[in-house]
This record gives sequence, C-alpha cells and structure tokens, in this order.
Amino acid sequence: MSIEVRHISKTFGRFRVLRDVSLRVETGELVALLGPSGSGKTTLLRIIAGLEQPDPGSGPILFHDEDVADQRVGERRVGFVFQHYALFRHMTVFENVAFGLRVRPRRLRPSPTEIQQKVEKLLHLVQLDFLADRYPQQLSGGQRQRVALARALAMEPKVLLLDEPFGSLDARVRQELRSWLRRLHDEIRLTSLFVTHDQEEALELADRVVVMNEGKIEQIGTPDEVFHHPRTEFVACFLGQVNRFSGRLEQGKVHFASLEWEAPECALLESCPVHVFVRPHDLQVAVEPNGQPALGARVEYIHAAGPRVRLELRADTGQKLVAEITQEQYRTEQLTVGSRVFLSPQNIKVFPTQAED
Amino acid sequence: MAAAMVSKSPTDTGLRATARCLTEPWPIRLALILGTVLFLGLFLVLPLAAVFTQALAKGWGVYWAALCQADTLSSIWLTLLTTAICVPLGTLFGLTAAWCLGKFDFRGRKLLLAMLDLPLSVSPVVVGLMFVLVLGRHGWLGGWLESHGIKVIFAVPGVVLVTLFVTAPYVARELIPLMQAQGTEAEEAALVLGANGWQTFWQVTLPQVKWGLLYGIILCNARAMGEFGAVSVVSGHIRGKTNTMPLQVEILYNEYDFVGAFAVASVLAGLALITLVLKTILESKAARQIALAQARGQKMTETGTPEQASVVYGDPTSAPMRKRIVLSGDRIHEH
Repeated sequence: MSIEVRHISKTFGRFRVLRDVSLRVETGELVALLGPSGSGKTTLLRIIAGLEQPDPGSGPILFHDEDVADQRVGERRVGFVFQHYALFRHMTVFENVAFGLRVRPRRLRPSPTEIQQKVEKLLHLVQLDFLADRYPQQLSGGQRQRVALARALAMEPKVLLLDEPFGSLDARVRQELRSWLRRLHDEIRLTSLFVTHDQEEALELADRVVVMNEGKIEQIGTPDEVFHHPRTEFVACFLGQVNRFSGRLEQGKVHFASLEWEAPECALLESCPVHVFVRPHDLQVAVEPNGQPALGARVEYIHAAGPRVRLELRADTGQKLVAEITQEQYRTEQLTVGSRVFLSPQNIKVFPTQAED
Repeated sequence: MAAAMVSKSPTDTGLRATARCLTEPWPIRLALILGTVLFLGLFLVLPLAAVFTQALAKGWGVYWAALCQADTLSSIWLTLLTTAICVPLGTLFGLTAAWCLGKFDFRGRKLLLAMLDLPLSVSPVVVGLMFVLVLGRHGWLGGWLESHGIKVIFAVPGVVLVTLFVTAPYVARELIPLMQAQGTEAEEAALVLGANGWQTFWQVTLPQVKWGLLYGIILCNARAMGEFGAVSVVSGHIRGKTNTMPLQVEILYNEYDFVGAFAVASVLAGLALITLVLKTILESKAARQIALAQARGQKMTETGTPEQASVVYGDPTSAPMRKRIVLSGDRIHEH
C-alpha cells in the first residue's frame, strides 16, 4: 500500500508550517521524515493520518492511489504511534491492544475469542506476552513504545506512521529498539513513515530519507545519497558535522582559504561566491607538508574517546575546524594540543551562495 | 560537639549537619505546633463539638423529636430534592463545559472561562436578588410567568434555580485543569484506532478524569446542601414549603428552639463531615491523576532533551511535589 501526497500546504494562524509538499512512499518502504523541530515533519505525518486538515487548495492524499483526503481519521485505517505513546492509562496492556478491535461496529467486530487470540499474537510479536495484565505506568519506556506499536498493528492498518518513535527513550534502549523495529519491518513489510530529528536514526533505519526544513522538502534519497551527495547546503549541514568555508568559483575552479580546487560539477556556472563544505573525516591531517595543497592549523582540543579521534583545530586564517582521524594515526603521529598540522581536503561540496548571504 | 563530629565518618556528619540545617530549634518547633493545635481546636473542633453537644443536650429522645417536626422534615426533604436536581445537572453541565473548554481552543474561550467563575465570585445574596429582579412578581419576566400561573420566586422552583446557578461551576472548575493537563493525545489515539466520538468519550475521556469528576461532584453536593444566602432571598421562608435545612436552622435558632436548631445543624454538619472524608480520599486520587498528566505534559515540552525528560517522569519524588503545587494553584472553592 503506497502513500502519496501532492502539493500539501498547511498554515497555523499566520505561520506556514508546510509549503507545497509532495511525497510518495512506495509499498513496503520504510521512510524517514528528517528535519529540525519546526520543519513541519510531524504536521505532515498528522495530515497523512487525518489528524490535521491541509489548507484548502492542497492536492490529494492517496493511499494505494485512492484519494483518502475526505475520509475521517478512523476510516483511513492508519496505524499511528504517538511520540509519547498515548496509551490509555486506565486500561491494561491487553485492553490497550484490544481497543482498536473492540470499538469496531458490531458486524465487523471479531468475537471475544478471536480478539483474545489476535492480541496474544501481537503481544508475542512485540515480545511482551508476559506483561498483558500490567498498566502502562508499570512499564518502562521501551515497553510502552512496543505496546503502542502492537496497539497500532492490531487494527490491521494499511500504513504505519510513527511520530518520533524513539524520541523519549534513553540512548541504549533507543539503539536496541531501532534495530528491533528494522527487523520487525522486514518481517511484516508494512509501508511505514516515521518522523525523527535524529539524523543517525534516519540514516540507519530508513530505506529512504526525506529531509525537511522550514516546511519544504530539501531532498529525498537513500541514506547514502543524502549523506554523500547532499543537494542543498541545509542537507549538508544537517546530516553530520561539516566544515564550512566561504570561497569563490571562477572558471571551473573553486578558491577558498588559500586553496584552489577543481570543481568539474560547477564548470557550467559563472563566477560567483560559493560555500564549500568538507566533512571532518575528509580533512586529511598531516604533521608535515606532503606536497598537496594544504591549510596550516594548530590543534586546540582532542577528543580521543571513541572509535575515531576528533580534533578541534584553529586554522591560520583564524577559522575553527574539525577533523577526524583514526586512533592509529593519532598514536603514530603523536599529536598533542598545540601541534602544528597541515590539512588537505579530500572531498568537497560546493554550493553557490544564496542571495541573502 | 566537635569531638562527636570527629569520631563520625565524614558522610555521616555531613548528613547530620544537613538535617540540623533543615529543622528549627525545639522551642520554636514546640511553639509552632502548639499554635497550630490551639488554633485548630479553637476554631474548628470546638465549634463542631458544640453543635453536637447542644443538639444532644436534652437527650436522644428530644433530639429525635426535634428532627421529626413536620416543618423540619419538610426542610430536609426540600434540601434533598434540590440536591438531587442540582448535582446531576451540575455534573452534566460541568462535563460538557470542561470538555469544550479543556480540550478545545477557540475564540471566546477565555471569556467563557471567566464567566464560569461568575457564580463563585458574586455574593450569594446578590445572586438571589438577581433572580428576584428577573423572575419576581415585578421583574422582567414576572408578569409573563404569573399570567401563565407559574410561581418561581418564593416557591420551590426558585430555590432549585438559584442553587443550580450557584453550584454550576464546581464540576467544570475541577475538570478543566485536569483535562487541559491531559491534553488530547489519548483521544486522538482512540480516533485513529477507529473509535467514534461517543466511544472515545465514554471509554477514554471519562475514565481518565474519573476521580476529578467525583471530587467535583462532592464539592457541588456540599454547596447545594449548604447554600444559604441566595436561597434565603428567593425562598420567602414559607414554613414547611420553601425552607431548606440551612434556613430552617436559622428560623429555629431565632425562635430560641436551640435543640431543634442544633439537631438540624448536626445533620448538616454530619453530612459535611462525610463529604469531607470522601473529599480527602478522592482528592489524593484526583491529584495523582493530575500529577500523572502533568508529568506527561512536562515530558512533552522537553522533546529536545528526552533523557532528562524520562528522568522527570520516572522520579517518584517529583510527582507528589508537583501535585501539591497544582492543587494549591487551583483551589478556588474551599468554603
């Protein structure tokens, strides 16, 4: 069951939350809506679920190419997992999961035995069979999350929408639940769309990532695409750390920070000011000049705890930079705070500077 | 003292020192406790005891006979009738008003909220007068009512009407902060799961405010039985017809029938005591419901730092503290 929205806009008062957003999620895909808070990603999710109405004049909302924009929220058969789970506090885990089945009109309602079996099956699927009689307050965050998921799945949804599914969990549980959700998705293959502000989560979990900013979609692509080939400055900045230089493009060459760089992809552009982005792991660090064009810098701070060593540097131009090197290189080069190093970029992204800058 | 501190382990002395910092020296403690006990005894326990002693001064037989006077029985009956009408209607009104004002945001909501406080802020005597001015013989609607043979003022309908006016806000005032704190997420979840509005209300909204609702009903009930000022103006004090219990107490007292007056008063006081006990039980339950909702609300505002938020949620000591703050902030109707 695919999901598609076309030209959706949404205004709250005078604040434009969504500006002409179009998006298609293919059957069986797991897609992440990624963006900072206020980028409109939750609003888009709620519009798809039917919990918000798009502005008049917006395009259709299609489930499996059928317009559901006029259907009420209950008729759309979406499984929705709320950020804070929204479990019914006065009901047990079992009753929570059974709710969607028990409120069906009489002729569509399964018999009590069928409900019993179905709920037990779902609780088994989310590995919580032993907690059926507990109340939500008695559960941990991760358990609540899984109950919320089982409750959403109980109604046999056509699509699954998750709002910040791991937002209120601590780091370890988040990690566990993330890979668990990925496996669950591979198992049941339900078209799923989830909202997150955590780029790591989006890149690790999703088949495709939709990066949103200020109510607009900046880029849609696989995690690999959006990370390595960001199409806009925003995407480059939002997905991981970057070093940003101001430079100038002239005749197919980029000049920045006393360096010159061939930029074949910009060959057709006229001379203009540009921003150049280099990821920390793309800044090669050397203690002595090795012939390559390089920037002089001084080490200001070293974070060595972790798989890689992060260096905070001050370039000779006065700019603060961040570079990442391997533990091995860190040990062989014997870098300390104050060491003088030479940085040569390996891989740069060039974006023409926008008019307002 | 110094020697003792040296012999203790450092953490131990640390704890002791903190404990000493947090308490007052014993003379001050004693004075404060004595003051409180004396005050409570003098102003609360003693008068209450006096009511029962006076009522039973001439024995159970006289007490019983005083209660069984026709006029007194009729006043008890009228009070129960008024309460039986006002409490369900007040509950219905309170539920619908709280649902609208607590779960939805719309233009004019603030105005409605302010108007809800009107019956509580206007003096009861003025309330009574307002009704006389509108519905009385020379009032705006009085002529029309009279021509249709309907008597409101100085009759039972008037008594019921003013009581209804005065007690209307209690349930709503109790539920609005609770419903606001709980937000609409649970309702949205129910709707997404396919429940209709009716199912959502009965199966999700109502159970979540159960204790708050019962608490509001008890307050409403207490006021409905005890209302004096407004009822006094519109009832006309017709013996055996339009006198409620509080009015009957006043009449008997003014006639020097002390046993009679205090017998009725003791029934009222007894009802109040039962209410108080019920209130205390429900208050703690309702407070827990609010605290839970608050903890959740707290969590929602802190999406930026989820780890911190979950600490707030899981911390058993934080909930009661927050509860106390909430309750003291909303206490508008202690009489």
